[in-house]
Amino acid sequence: MSTDVHNNNTHEDHDYTTTGLNHRKMLMWAFLGSDCMFFGALIATYLVYQGKSLVGPYPIDVFDIPVTSVSTFVLLMSSMSMVLAYAALTQNKINGFRIWMASTAIMGATFIGFQVYEFSSFSTFHVDIESCAEQKVKYGKFDDYEAELCSNAKEDHVETHDGLKPQTNLFGTTFYTLTGFHGAHVTLGIVWILSLLFLSYKKGMITPERHLDVDLAALYWHFVDVVWIVIFTVIYLFGVFPFPGS
Amino acid sequence: MSSLPIPVPNIKISRPVNPTGIWSWITTVDHKRIGIMYGITAFILFLSGGIEATIMRLQLAGPELDIVSAAIYNQLFTMHGTTMIFLAIMPLSAAFFNYLIPLQIGARDVAFPRLNAFSYWTFLGGALMLKLSWIGGATDAGWFGYAPLTSIDQNPGKGIDFWILSLQILGVASLGSAFNFIVTIINLRAPGMTWMRLPLFTWMSFITAILLVLAFPVITVALIELTFDRYFAFNFFNVANGGSVVLWQHLFWVFGHPEVYILILPAMGIVSEVLPVFSRKPLFGYATVVLAGAIIAFMGWMVWSHHMFTVGLGPVANTVFTITTMLIAVPTGIKMFNWIGTIWGGSLKLNTPMLFSLGFIAMFLIGGLSGVMHAVSAHDAQQQDTYFVPAHIHYVLFGGAIMAILSGIYFWFPKFSGKMYSEREGKLHFWLMMIGQNVTFFPMHFVGLDGMPRRIYTYAEGMGWDLWNAVATAGVFILIAGFLVMINNLGRHWRNGPTATNDPWDARTLEWSISSPPPHYNFEEIPVVRSLDDWWETKYGTHEKAVPVSGSSDDAHNSDIHMPQPSYWPAVTSLGLFVGGYGIVFNDLLFPYLFAGIGLLITVIGVYAWSLEPVNDPE
Amino acid sequence: MSKEEIHHPTAKQYFRIAMVLSVITAIEVAIFYLEFLGYWMVPILVVLSTGKFALVAMYYMHLRYDHKLFTYLFVSGVVLATVVIFAIISLFSFGIGRW
Ligand code: HEM
Ligand SMILES: [Cu+2]
Repeated sequence: MSTDVHNNNTHEDHDYTTTGLNHRKMLMWAFLGSDCMFFGALIATYLVYQGKSLVGPYPIDVFDIPVTSVSTFVLLMSSMSMVLAYAALTQNKINGFRIWMASTAIMGATFIGFQVYEFSSFSTFHVDIESCAEQKVKYGKFDDYEAELCSNAKEDHVETHDGLKPQTNLFGTTFYTLTGFHGAHVTLGIVWILSLLFLSYKKGMITPERHLDVDLAALYWHFVDVVWIVIFTVIYLFGVFPFPGS
Repeated sequence: MSSLPIPVPNIKISRPVNPTGIWSWITTVDHKRIGIMYGITAFILFLSGGIEATIMRLQLAGPELDIVSAAIYNQLFTMHGTTMIFLAIMPLSAAFFNYLIPLQIGARDVAFPRLNAFSYWTFLGGALMLKLSWIGGATDAGWFGYAPLTSIDQNPGKGIDFWILSLQILGVASLGSAFNFIVTIINLRAPGMTWMRLPLFTWMSFITAILLVLAFPVITVALIELTFDRYFAFNFFNVANGGSVVLWQHLFWVFGHPEVYILILPAMGIVSEVLPVFSRKPLFGYATVVLAGAIIAFMGWMVWSHHMFTVGLGPVANTVFTITTMLIAVPTGIKMFNWIGTIWGGSLKLNTPMLFSLGFIAMFLIGGLSGVMHAVSAHDAQQQDTYFVPAHIHYVLFGGAIMAILSGIYFWFPKFSGKMYSEREGKLHFWLMMIGQNVTFFPMHFVGLDGMPRRIYTYAEGMGWDLWNAVATAGVFILIAGFLVMINNLGRHWRNGPTATNDPWDARTLEWSISSPPPHYNFEEIPVVRSLDDWWETKYGTHEKAVPVSGSSDDAHNSDIHMPQPSYWPAVTSLGLFVGGYGIVFNDLLFPYLFAGIGLLITVIGVYAWSLEPVNDPE
Repeated sequence: MSKEEIHHPTAKQYFRIAMVLSVITAIEVAIFYLEFLGYWMVPILVVLSTGKFALVAMYYMHLRYDHKLFTYLFVSGVVLATVVIFAIISLFSFGIGRW
């Protein structure tokens, strides 16, 4: 894209480049490729330990798919909002840009809010054998979940499961680490977006000619989104699904 | 790192201006200066790793010696391995990347000069952090830090924490420079410098950088997991709660095997530059060498479990990894044949760099052969964790990587110092090295096959290992003598050796077309490249001689060349990481994680100031 | 502005893609509740989320309109990460992995 728009003496931006592509954008893509390996290693760890926890709670006990679906939806929408902010900027609609940026940041923060809620509800999760019936409401359609929960609890020789902490079992360890690092990425993205939003109130800092600054933040943000797409399917949806051999 | 060209008035601190003195080095963004800083720092660290090795060899010189305790010995071999791999060979390669790549591709600097400075300072911080951990007890779990040796129960001291955090910081440095060189090589090639005209060293560096950005995140994750286990009692490698120590081995070697190619590919690049120059022939099968390098990098991902043959992965896994490991020897062998083909029929000039490159071929061949022996999983059961493996490592890394790096140091010494070294002393160094390393490392094959385990601090009398251990220890002193000769030779001549011409070796690539040492802007005019080995063709080929662009060092007529200005912020950002690293290790000082927070704050300030600072101030 | 940029999707198209993404997500969640699918759920969900991944990467991240090089840089990471994940899982599902 635009290597031609950079006006001045930012050596990094305006000089001759062999491919005609911008240095910083290329750096960003290389970084994202590299970050895939980062999440890949975390996901590999999660999957290797799937079904290997010695005590509960297990994914099936704590996951609340409807809630997570909503937060997934929010993050997807924030991606749309981000791309619209970028589009507004390239058309020099600075106010539109600000609105969409703000809404992206808010949706990102909402996602983080969901995550905080989820972490805290997992860590205070409580089931005892008598209350298994309550769980039935939550997972209405899975009739045998209730039975499974109770048998899990029995298998572990516990009357109750008290809270999923990272220290509780392998599931807690791997789950919190993986989703926690994703959350950290989102948080960093929010800071970045807010910084750009703030800069747009300084004259000449955010202009259509300098859309690259926003483009890079957008790439990062969408990347965080696609990582979540993978996590949602592999960790959440498959999480309550018994794998062969697990 | 986004950089915005218009300064924000209230944040702006006036830029560093001193052209000389300590601040000019701290704030420099010149790739040549950074390259030299990398080289000197890494060489000092290399010597420190050598001292550790010497102490170990003294301890093993005879049976039941008592020079160091078992505990110190464990720290010695761990620090030695970690130092040599992360603080010596990698940054020595980085020194070459920095100094040479822009020169070889006809650029004035790297794509991100400040990121480059940041990489160096971060590397320095990580290196200091690791080496200073000798105070109070260094890491002692081996350079690959197998779980559960690193667990908080087995190893409650701070040594492992220092090891983890310094590796994380070094990882940031390596990633930063790898991203930088990927973009530089893709994007700053001079006009006409197509991929198939790229000098071989640059090619191998490019492949190395790609391996780096893909491999390092894996070790980052493994180290994060270990950190969480140690600091917050997570269960990743906690067997009591179902964790698997084998997972650590997988994650480590998924990184670790590409890492050994990260160590050797730049060395192969150097050798591929030196051999043609001193054979006065083009590299035999340029395209094949490039392709073999790419295949090695690709296949390097498929072999990691050959480090785990005796773990009990089962016959299927062992068979698969035996086959892939054997296959990866094929592209390595192809390169061997290309190098030999290059020398074949050439009019050889046996200068010091050439000797070292020839030495590389011979020594690396031996290392490759013992590698193929390891590759047979059934056979490896006999070798795993014996001295046979250190023998292999040292033939590929000392005989391979270090020999090639020394070749490169002698080869480009005239370029970066502007002086000539003494050829006589250089050759003396070479012969001391060749004799020394074979005396030191070859006996390790014997004691290894004889069953001597690696990583033992002493051994009983009458095991039959006495003789060869004594010989190996004797060899170390030959190596020390060699390095003393080298330091004397290069140190003395760097200050007052005879002045070098621009092109003392009658070489082939662009860096030899400019003055020695190059002016800070490298090329007065960006060259236009018309063929592989363009400088050679310019001198002897059919090109009309339009291009010679020897820059003069007076800036009068090149005031229109804009070089990136120095900056404080890369060093500040690195400082934040360094403080933060210590803050995590000593997280209970005054207030929990107080200094980690301070480090983070410094980093954040550094990053913002850096982003808001233009590369060059508007005039 | 370079020529390619003219082809960038409009706000409306971005919105439409967002709708497609939401619908796929809804389908995914619905499929999750279709118990009779059994193990068939896995490939179906993999295909659907790969589709979402591709949509975001191609349109929101503009890979479709940008230089192929960016795609190479990114996809090499994606592919390698996937392969490594599968390799490690399979190494753990026989031999020592069955602990
Ligand atoms: C011909 C190609 C090569 C083959 C087939 C090969 C094979 C192997 C095998 C099978 C092992 C495991 C031995 C064991 O632990 O029992 C090994 C170890 C090792 N190799 Fe190689 N190798 C080759 C080239 C290299 C190169 C080029 C390097 C580095 C520049 C290298 C560095 C190492 C290191 C550092 C270890 C030991 C790690 C440790 O246990 O501390 N190898 N090699
Ligand atoms: Cu290996």
